[in-house]
Order: sequence, then structure tokens, then C-alpha cells
Amino acid sequence: MRTSIGERLLDLAVSGVLWGFRVLLVAGILIGTIATIRAGKYTSEQWIDFVVFGISQGSIYALIALGYTMVYGILRMINFAHGDIFMTGAFAGYFLATWLNGTGFIDNNPVLGLVIPILFAMIVAGGIAMLVERIAYRPLRGAPRLVPLISAIGASFFLEYAFRGFFGPGVYAYPPIKALEGEWNILGVGILKVQVVVAIAAFIMMAILYFIVMFTKVGKAMRAVSESKDTAALMGIDVNRIIVSTFALGAAMAGAAGVLYSLIYRQVGFFMGFTPGIKAFTAAVLGGIGNIPGAMVGGLVLGIFESVGPSLFLEGLGIPRPYQLKDAIAFTMLVMILLFRPSGILGERITTKKA
Amino acid sequence: MKKENFLWSAVKTGLIFGAIAIFLCFVGMVEVFSKRDVIEEIITLGQFVLLATMVSAGLVASRQTSSLLEKNTPVSNLVAGLVAGLLTGLILALLVVIGAQINLRAVFLNASPALYKLLTFDKGVGNVWILPTIGAVAGLIGAAYLLLPQILSRPITRSIFFVIFMALFSGLFRVIMINQGAGMSRAAKYIFGQTGVTSPGALIFFFGVILITIFWDFRGKAIQSGIASLPKGGQLSLRVIAIIVIVLIILLLPLASGPFIAQVIVTVALFVLMGLGLNITLGFAGLLDLGFVAFYAIGAYTVGLLTSYGPFGLQHIPFWVAVPIAVLVSMGAGFMLGLPVLGIRGDYLAIATLGFGEIVRLLAGSDFLAPFFGGPQGIIGIQKPCLGLLEPFVKVDVPRICNGIELGKPQDIYYIAVASALLIAFAAWRLRESRLGRAWMSIREDEDVAEALGVNLIQTKLLAYMLGAAMAGLGGAIFATLIGSIFATSMQLLVSINVVSLIIVGGMGSIPGVIVGAIALIGLPELLREISEFRYLLYGMTLIIMMITKPEGLWPSQATRRELHHAEVEAGVKV
Repeated sequence: MRTSIGERLLDLAVSGVLWGFRVLLVAGILIGTIATIRAGKYTSEQWIDFVVFGISQGSIYALIALGYTMVYGILRMINFAHGDIFMTGAFAGYFLATWLNGTGFIDNNPVLGLVIPILFAMIVAGGIAMLVERIAYRPLRGAPRLVPLISAIGASFFLEYAFRGFFGPGVYAYPPIKALEGEWNILGVGILKVQVVVAIAAFIMMAILYFIVMFTKVGKAMRAVSESKDTAALMGIDVNRIIVSTFALGAAMAGAAGVLYSLIYRQVGFFMGFTPGIKAFTAAVLGGIGNIPGAMVGGLVLGIFESVGPSLFLEGLGIPRPYQLKDAIAFTMLVMILLFRPSGILGERITTKKA
Repeated sequence: MKKENFLWSAVKTGLIFGAIAIFLCFVGMVEVFSKRDVIEEIITLGQFVLLATMVSAGLVASRQTSSLLEKNTPVSNLVAGLVAGLLTGLILALLVVIGAQINLRAVFLNASPALYKLLTFDKGVGNVWILPTIGAVAGLIGAAYLLLPQILSRPITRSIFFVIFMALFSGLFRVIMINQGAGMSRAAKYIFGQTGVTSPGALIFFFGVILITIFWDFRGKAIQSGIASLPKGGQLSLRVIAIIVIVLIILLLPLASGPFIAQVIVTVALFVLMGLGLNITLGFAGLLDLGFVAFYAIGAYTVGLLTSYGPFGLQHIPFWVAVPIAVLVSMGAGFMLGLPVLGIRGDYLAIATLGFGEIVRLLAGSDFLAPFFGGPQGIIGIQKPCLGLLEPFVKVDVPRICNGIELGKPQDIYYIAVASALLIAFAAWRLRESRLGRAWMSIREDEDVAEALGVNLIQTKLLAYMLGAAMAGLGGAIFATLIGSIFATSMQLLVSINVVSLIIVGGMGSIPGVIVGAIALIGLPELLREISEFRYLLYGMTLIIMMITKPEGLWPSQATRRELHHAEVEAGVKV
């Protein structure tokens, strides 16, 4: 092979810059962490608070990430509109919960008052996802990869601004559930009830999904289709139906996540899906896209990083108001994973090949 | 395969279009559009949108009937159109009836009394039968339209579109014409009303276009062949005349139209710049960069920091020196951001660059870097460009005085932006035809094959990033000067989405396509306030529809057109 000196220098520069990034990042995290711990500004209780918040937030990311991962596993496409499906679920849950709250139902049956909006959100989100799949994705099966991605971006904006038109640009407040207010005292540490309930609910949902994918006939078919569409079709599987049910299942999870998210943040708005969507995608990549347990692990890792990170390493570096950069941490993680370990924690390498 | 009953298919079409009509109502389009007229005192834009939905229902149903029935009679087409239109109208009527009983407004903001008033033509719920009647008639018209011979249907379509176009831009044309003196002013008031065209105006446009179209149908071929048979010199001079006319229009437009239009055109020109930049990375090299706004931001901030007389100004150098530096800095940023993402392909690249763009925005707006970039307060007091010598910098918050002509107004920036856009368009065109351009297209088609044929992937991709970034940086630099201040919040992902959309609509890899796309996607919504409210909704819809029906764009480049229709040509299908 003929390589000129110039080309070799360029290669060297590339790897130099990449290594520079890595060293900088690791050094920054280490120095910041040590400095923060030395300064001792936070008590261990506060750290536990951060971690618990990270877990509940991370479990929501994980729930959304499942949809990304499943769709990617089957269609090899990034469903850019998935974050907005999450938003539709939050709206559906909000309207039902507000109505139930008005009749006093939530106060009398707090458990049902939580579960019914979640179920409704799952149904609505699933339905909308099926529509999106039918209209924006199905006609593009087999097109070059950028084509469905752009269509998905279009779908994302369409959903966002359709909901803005329906419900206005303002932010709605999710009705409070009295039973979830206050703290539980666990081993001497006060933990917000909402966060515990959200995390538990998310884990239950993930368990259900895992069960469906691993132990039911539909799940088996989904796994078969993700291995090879053609072979699956030869085995008598209706590929289109399986794709639709994958979308619906992933979207149902996102819809449930929407309600859980609005339980924590108490805000529902048309643009709420964008950032959690990107973060959930990060979680999916972090865990290895196409890998269901990976998405769960990735979500938790991302959630904890994001909640602990600003105080742990950014503050140590002397950055004022580090929580402003909370999202930047998630995005940096996304870029770094894509750069250095595109296979994720539990996944296989697919960013460059297997297209 | 058993074919569907055509009536059943018409029913389905009617239901789908009914759902679309309800969507249009709930999303608020009907109500907002009702503030504009197509023809004054006859039909508002909102009514027109609903009417168009009904007509389309009839049209689609009629077309389906033709494809379902082997031997179809006009009667079956008409029946299908009638059914579909009627159903669309019925569904709307149902909405009104339900809305009168239940307060839908608790959920849907736009299900307001004003909407019901519009839908019942201000006559109360009792007259709700009007809607299905109109629907049925509209469906019939749609179905009948399909049966017309082309020689009739084409002029009609064109003139209807032309009337709508004139109505939408009536405000613009009215202002321009009124500025031209008393005679023009009277004509303007005769044709254009305050919110749309007047009925005589509509008639003039309608029949004018019909006449022109018919004339062209009969004589166009002859004129075209006449031009083709001219000697080479004659053809050339015709082309030169056309170019001179276009250049004159471009130069005189802001003078004739006033500052508002000039501002709109500057915005379009800036997006043309960015579009041309992204066209290199996305259109030529096939690298989808969703963080494109980062380079725009870098160009804007560089010019801001270098020229501002506000508290964050560093150097206080003139615009003309700052712009090349900004372009170079953006290019360097393109290099730095391009290096790490070289190995990432396809859709992962899109997400990684999106992450980059967001990081840049978050950092620029954070308190962390506020001592340098002003944080959320942004950078203010950016010096306007000056033709001539600038007085030396005195102190903060005092603009430097320009000994010469200060180019401060949007009209002045317009010329800078248009000149840059032309220059960049020329550069992009030469680049595309160069060895580098061919290398880009080859990696767009297949990286592995390109590499095997001796294309240096690293170099080629990096150059695509750097040149794209440089153009975006230039756009950002001019933008910063135009606005006079920069805020991190204006560097949203939406800017990148705008640029991606305009490239897709115009046609990936096509330079005239970028201009067409920028005018359609940036210029139109700026000019039409009613539409700008639904801008991103329409963008989203456009992206999906374009991807499904016309992935090569409105004005595709020759290469893309050839690629996409290659298979059809080979299969012997007429393109």
C-alpha cells in the first residue's frame, strides 16, 4: 500500500486528537472528583439523595430507551420521533389524571389513580406510534438509511407542533397525588416517595417487557425478525405485523415513561420529549443498541451520572452553577460513547458495519 | 387478487379526509387562516383549506375508483367522489354537533366557539347540514376534475394556484405597487384588498393565467424550438439578458420593498449560505450533520467577540477583518469536530453531531463560560460594517464612529449577504465539478468502494466538514452583524433542522435547489405570518412527504436524478 508522509501525519493527528480527548476527559473527572470530595461540601445523605434521584430518573430513561433499542434491533433505524411519542403519553396521562382528580378518584384510590393514567398513556402512545409507523416509516422500508432518518425527524417535528397546536405552547401541571407526597425513611435516610414509586413502576414495566420479548410467541417472532427479516418471513412470520407490534410495544413503554416523568417533574409540555428522547437514545447506545438489558443498564448509568455528575466533578473543577451543564454531561457521554465504544457496555460493534 | 369494492374504498377515503379536516380544525389552522382571505368577502383561507380537503377527498376517491374498476364509467367516479366528499363534510358536521353538547375545549384548545361559528357559517348549530352539502358538491367537483381532459384541467389548476399565490402575497405586492406612484397605487387597490385579492382581481388573475397557459400549450413548442434554432450567439445573448434581468431584480428589490422585505431576504440569503455549506457535508459527501448550528454559532461569536464595543469585545477590529477570521475559526472548529467523528457512519453520525451542537449551545449559554461569552445575556453592541475608516475605540458601550458609509440597515447587509451567497454558490459549483467533489460523491455512494478506488477518506471527509463549517461560519458572522447581538438561545437545534429541511426540499447536492429550498422554507413563513405559526408542523409534514414521494427534492442535481431513476430507465419505463 502506498501512503505518503502527509497521510501518515494526518492519521497521527487523528489519533492524537482522540487520545487528547480521552486524557482530558478522564483527568477532568478525576481532578474534579477529588477536589469535590476534599472540599466536603456535601454530606453523605445528600449523595444518597443524588443517587436515588439518579436511579428514578435513569429508570425513566431506560424505559424510553427500550423503544429505541427494539426498533433499532429490528429495522436498523433511529426512531427520532420516539421522544415525542413519550410526550404524547405524558399528555394522555395528564388529561385523564386531571379528569380523575376532578372527580376525587385519585384521592380515594391512589393506586388506581396512578395505574389508570399510565395504562391510558400506553394505549394512546402505542396508537400514535402505529400511525407514525404506517404513514412515515413503512413506505420507506428498504430505502437508503438517511431517508427514514429524515422522515423520522419530520415525524418528530410534526408531532411536537401538532401537539402545540392542540394544547397550546404553555406547560400543564400534572395533578398531585397526595399519597405520593412526602418522604419515606429508609435506613435513616429520607427518600422522596415519588422517586421510589417511579423507579419501582419503571422496573415493573421493564420486567413485563422483558417477559414479553423473551417468553411469548410475539416476542420470539420479534427476536427472529431482528435476526433476519427474510428468514423470519420464510418461517411464516408476518414481518409487517411484528414490526408494528414492536413499535407499539416500545411506544407503550415510552408512554408509561411519560406519565412517570411528569409525576417527578410535574410539567407537561409539547417540547418535553426532545431532551429525554436524546438522553434515552444515549442510554440505548450506552448499553449497546439492540440489546434490551443493555438499555436498562445504560439508562440507570446515565441517570446516576447525570444526577451525581454536576456536583461530583464539575463543581470540583470550579464551575459555577454546574447543574446548568447537566444536559451537557449527557450529551458529552453520548458523543464519547459513539467515539470510543460504539458497541456500548453490553453490545456488539455496529456503528460502522452491519449497516 | 380480489379487488375492493369501489364504494367501500370511497368510504375509507372520506373517513381519512374527515380525520384530516378535524386535525386541521383542532390544530388551529382553520381558525388562524380564517383571518386571511383568498378572495375578499367570498372565501377565507380557512374555508379554502377545508374546501380543498373535501375536493381532494373527491379527487382521491375518484382516482381510486379508476384504478379499482376495470371498466369504469364516469358515473362511478362521480359517485365515489360524492360519497367521499359527503363523508368528509359529515364528519365535520359531527364535530360541530358533538362540540355543542360536550365541552371539547377542556382538552383541545382550538375547539372554541369561534371554530364552530366558522364551521356553521355563523348560522348556529341548526344549520349544520350546510357542511355535508358543501362536502358532497366539493367531492363531486373533485371527481369531475379528474375526468376533465388535460388540456382543460391544467390551465384551471394553474390559475387556481396562481390566484392563491397572489392572495397570499397580496400584502407584499400591494405595498410594492403603492410605492410606485399614483397610477400603480390605484391599480393595486383595485386588485388587492387588505387581506387578499378582490373579486375583480381574482377574475383577472384566473382568466389571465388560463389564457397564457392555453397560448403556451398551442404555441410553446414552437417558441421553444424557435429559441433552440437560433444561432449560438443569439442563444447566449438571450441567456445574458435573462441573467442581467435577474441581477437587476436582486439589486433593486430591497429599494422597492422597504426594510421589512429586505430583512426577510437577508434571512433567506443567510440560510442559503448555511444551506450551501451543509450541502457540501450532506448533499455532496452524504454526512448528515445535525449539529451544524454549532459552526454558525462559532462564526457569530467570533465576529461578536472581535468587533463588539460592548463589555465582551476583545479586539474592536473592523467587520471586514473579523469576517475572514471568523470563517477561519469556524473552519478550524470543523476540523476539530470532524476529526473525532470520522469513524462514525450514517445515522450515528447524525446523533453524535447533534450532541456536539447541543454542547456548544449549552456551554455558550452557561455561567461557566459567561466571563468570555456573556452567558445568557449574550454579546451585544456588535459594530456595524463601515466602508471607510473607523475611529479608534474609545470605551465600552460607545460605538466606533465610521468615517464613510456605515452599512447598518438591513438593506445594506442584504447586499453583503447576497454577494457572499453568490460567491459561495460559485465556489460550491466549482467544488462539485472538481476532483474533490467527485471524491465526495463517491464516498456518499459507498465508502468502501471509494476507498478501494484510492479516495483518501480522512482527507476528503475532513475537507467536507471544514468547508461546510466555513460557510456556516460566514452565515453566522453576517447574522451577528445584522442583528447586532448574539444570544446562545438563538443557536437552537431548530436552526440545524431548518437547514437540513431546506436542503432536502430543494434537492440534496443541488445548488439551485438550496436557493429554492431557502426561499420556500425560510422566506415564505417569514412573509406569511399566518403560516409561520404552523411552520414546523408544515416542515415536519414536508420532510415526510418529500421522503416518500420525491426523495430527490424539488430541484434535484443531475447526478441524483440519474441515480434515483436509473432503475426505471433500465427497466424501460418512461421517466
